[in-house]
Amino acid sequence: MTTERIPILRMGKCLLVTIQVDMHDQLAMTLQDDLASAIAAQESNGLLIDISALEMVDSFIGRMIANTAAMCRVLDAETVVVGMRPAVAITLVELGLTLPGIHTSLNVERGMAVLERAAAARV
Amino acid sequence: MTFPPIVAKQESFQLRSSVDVVVARRGVRDWARDLGLSVLDLTKVVTAASELARNAVVHGGGGIMHLQVVRAGAREGLRVIFKDQGPGIPEIERAMQDGYTSGGGMGIGLPGAKRLVNEFDVSSTPSEGTCVTIVRWKV
Repeated sequence: MTTERIPILRMGKCLLVTIQVDMHDQLAMTLQDDLASAIAAQESNGLLIDISALEMVDSFIGRMIANTAAMCRVLDAETVVVGMRPAVAITLVELGLTLPGIHTSLNVERGMAVLERAAAARV
Repeated sequence: MTFPPIVAKQESFQLRSSVDVVVARRGVRDWARDLGLSVLDLTKVVTAASELARNAVVHGGGGIMHLQVVRAGAREGLRVIFKDQGPGIPEIERAMQDGYTSGGGMGIGLPGAKRLVNEFDVSSTPSEGTCVTIVRWKV
């Protein structure tokens, strides 16, 4: 299998990733590893994950998002998940996955505002 | 007496790898859309199918998914059958409880998938395999 990767963008002290493909499990794990490495290498203090293109989040992808947020916390960075579709949110809760401790915002703009406030509070 | 639903259409998907899981859930999504399920019902059945397809690959050592449009009287729905020839589930009652896991997972797969569909049936024979059938009816 070729090593496909989801691009991670840098915006100042924050990293931005937009998941636009239906990820298979290996791709999700690669993204999780790439994000941890990028946070450490670029000394980022915020990560924004845009999942507005995702039609479905199952327990594997949900767990990958939760693990990524936990890793970021240990690496001294905040994570915000933005753009979750209403049907995805309802399904996740019914599935039994409530993503405790994860910041969410309705869109990228509000998510960036959350990260900026968190960054300002550090100083 | 209830009659078993009539199968109007069927397609089968191999489940051997995590890429196959993506192809299978895409098939479920396309059929659910063609059938005219609501966005929420579509999302639920695709998510349930994704969990069960992954189970067949990870715990069942691979298997097959049969995707069907079924009719029962005036009702139409999507039925998805997952079959594997894996080790089977020794304690189905426990596997259906929230939080029970054979290791590695979060223990929400089977009971979580059950909550997302209208009908759910699991049968398993040790060392022969597991068969899970789900149905989501169109409202």
